[in-house]
Amino acid sequence: MFGARIWLGLSLAMAALPAAAGGVSQFSLENGLQAVVIEDHRAPVVVHMVWYRAGAADEPRGTSGVAHFLEHLMFKGTDDLGPGELSATVEANGGSDNAFTSQDYTAYFQRIAADRLELVMRMEADRMRDLVLSEADWATELQVIIEERNQRTDSNPGALLGEQMRAAQYLNHPYGTPIIGWRHEMEALTREDALEWYRRYYAPNNAVLVVAGDVTPAEVERLARLYYGPLAPTEGLAPRQRVTEPPHLAERRLTFADPRVQRPYVTRSYLAPERDAGDQTQAAALTVLAELLGGNPATSVLGRALVFGSGKAIAASAGYDGMSLDATTFSLRVIPAADVSLAEAEAELDETLAAFLRDGPDPAQFARIRSLIGANEIYERDNVQSLARRYGEALTSGLTVADVESWPDALRAVTEADVMAAAQAVFQRKNAVTAWLMRPESEGVLP
Amino acid sequence: MIRVIAAFALMVGLAAPARAVVEIAEVTSPGGLTAWLVENHEIPFVALEIRFAGGASLDAPGKRGAIHLMTGLLEEGAGILDAQGFAEEAEALAAEFRFDVGDDLLSVSARMLTENRDASVALLRAALIETRFDADALERVRGQVLSIIDADSRDPEAIATETFARAAWGEHPYGSALHGTRESVVALTQADMFEARARVMARDRIRIAAVGDITPEALGALLDTLLAGLPEAGAPMPPRADLGLTGGVSVVDFAGPQSIVLFGQVGLPITDPDYFAAYLIDQIMGSGIGSRLMTEVREKRGLSYGISSFLVPRDRSETWQGYFASANEKVAEAIAVTREEWGRMAREGASEAELTAAKTYLTGAYPLRFDGNGRIASILVGMQHQGLPRDYINTRNARVEAVTLDDIRRVAERLLNADALRFVVVGQPVGLAQ
Repeated sequence: MFGARIWLGLSLAMAALPAAAGGVSQFSLENGLQAVVIEDHRAPVVVHMVWYRAGAADEPRGTSGVAHFLEHLMFKGTDDLGPGELSATVEANGGSDNAFTSQDYTAYFQRIAADRLELVMRMEADRMRDLVLSEADWATELQVIIEERNQRTDSNPGALLGEQMRAAQYLNHPYGTPIIGWRHEMEALTREDALEWYRRYYAPNNAVLVVAGDVTPAEVERLARLYYGPLAPTEGLAPRQRVTEPPHLAERRLTFADPRVQRPYVTRSYLAPERDAGDQTQAAALTVLAELLGGNPATSVLGRALVFGSGKAIAASAGYDGMSLDATTFSLRVIPAADVSLAEAEAELDETLAAFLRDGPDPAQFARIRSLIGANEIYERDNVQSLARRYGEALTSGLTVADVESWPDALRAVTEADVMAAAQAVFQRKNAVTAWLMRPESEGVLP
Repeated sequence: MIRVIAAFALMVGLAAPARAVVEIAEVTSPGGLTAWLVENHEIPFVALEIRFAGGASLDAPGKRGAIHLMTGLLEEGAGILDAQGFAEEAEALAAEFRFDVGDDLLSVSARMLTENRDASVALLRAALIETRFDADALERVRGQVLSIIDADSRDPEAIATETFARAAWGEHPYGSALHGTRESVVALTQADMFEARARVMARDRIRIAAVGDITPEALGALLDTLLAGLPEAGAPMPPRADLGLTGGVSVVDFAGPQSIVLFGQVGLPITDPDYFAAYLIDQIMGSGIGSRLMTEVREKRGLSYGISSFLVPRDRSETWQGYFASANEKVAEAIAVTREEWGRMAREGASEAELTAAKTYLTGAYPLRFDGNGRIASILVGMQHQGLPRDYINTRNARVEAVTLDDIRRVAERLLNADALRFVVVGQPVGLAQ
């Protein structure tokens, strides 16, 4: 089975967390910094992460890409550290470091020997408030992020279509703007744009510290007080309230033809509710729905019907990730077999969905998926870094530690009726964007 | 356990040497199979890694892609189960199996819950020993492979890789994509699948490692259950591959804003006494975050989002390679800078500070690799394949530390040659002479 290789990576959030992953604890400091500690003493390693509640969806209009630009600039040094010195120091100590930007957060992490936690914490705390940007550094880095866009988006027709789809999916909400930014706005970004962003959002009262590995909560708290404790919060920083979507009245359809398309496919996204603090029921049902419809390539509803049944598809899949501050999407994708048109593939997809909505899930498949929830809890304990990431993501996506810990139970509580109700609510074509990725010579007439 | 007891010295400056100790037991099953085991009963599952040496390079003449297609069929029907029955059973047991093949190795990776271990082993045995290669499964997976081949023909990175491989190894299996061509894959039959399995999956080339919730006795019994009936011997190993790379630039036209660049020259085998010196040179030149290439190409000039170099010590040929993507207008400059850095290292070697930084990074990072059952099992099985002893983990950092500045200078001068670098450029580079 080569489904994974053919598949283009819709993330699946079935992954559940162990209720007590070797002990998860939390504390907060007077300046507003929130902290989570996950103990795992199997290896003498620590992961240190700082997550800011600021992502691309929080950017002022017209400056798309500034959140990600600042992420790059955070490696350019402070009043105490030279350009690149933080990474060089981490590397010189055998560690690795990196950062990532999403719509809802920007995060920085180091993975290093556990006895060097203090070193990385000192440097990370330093750059929370004391970044220094020279004229030469920001201008060169702007070229780097434009190259990044060239590499990741403009050289990839699937990524370009994804960008257009999200822009069509969100009529009003900033999730419709790409994280890396629209090229013309990226090109116009300035040092001052970056610094304004930095001064406002990079502050202890907007940050979540996650430390995981061979550490004790008491030691982490002692160090956090020492290094993050003295930092000044940003005054007047209110909880994020973004604009919301108006009712969606009209289905949207896109076609995109590009000679570089490696595999034509049809894909559809529906606007879908996200996980909310204290209210994860519907998101849990959608998570199970995605697994039922398109999780396992051989046993899922779409795999059964389109790949194994009619043979009209090479791969068929569904994806939903409820970890999001605002309304997210539920996605479907079908890669047609060699002699099958996109119109045929879409028609098969629609028939399969209609049959599922009429007949409901196969009880045996439903039972197998329930048993996977517990197994995933066991397997996930093997990777402390992904646990740490899950907590950081949750706490910057409007959730709490309690929500993370009750997620496996929320998944287990899902009934067949819950799944069908969630499917009926979400599978509304007026909420959907359907897109065809094509080569110029392939048939391009819409049905 | 992941008893990676690492005795970290107290921090001295920024360069404290770290030592990892993993307690590896060698287990021999009653049936005579040998495996390496790290026991850890903290989490109730076991990770099992199996390798068969030879990999896709054992394709029979005219059957390119057979072993790759066969590998994709291992989970598509076995014993009394068809493909979907197999997948349902694995799902019900929450057993995770992965089958993969490269130029040198066929890999089997499994994660099995302790509570479902016996049934999971029986299912994996069916995939390895009682594969059915059903006609419908063969057609379905063949369709997937043809889709990969078609996609690769439009993927600049795949085009660069294939172009480089053809220039480097010609007619040897290393010189072509292991998934075969449209023509070779279309012609493969069910009989070819049985033949492909027999060529590569045999006891005389197997390596096994297990990490997690299992005792040596239980592992021994498990291995005999899992692998009884596996053929004694497979096909003879392929010959060494002569490296035909010459210096210069090859351009493959491909529309897009960027060019993909793959470059390389001759490398050295992992058994070469100078391997660790070369490994440190590579770290300084193009593997680290603050490497010379990253500094010159990205940080100072903004010519690329990233550039890296890497040693590729295959079983039957060795190269020293690198990769980057750059805007079409900038790629000529990026190549010039890369050549200059390559030549500078050959002429001057590295500085004391660079060597120290590379050593502290590599020795400090090493124990951090051992942080999960599956990861440790993969390392152990890789060590067996490379012929390394079980105590290698405890001596590896000392080998890194033993490299001197003179070694760096001598090995860089011996091996690196900017004029010998072949650059394969897929894109529409501006102002680049071929």
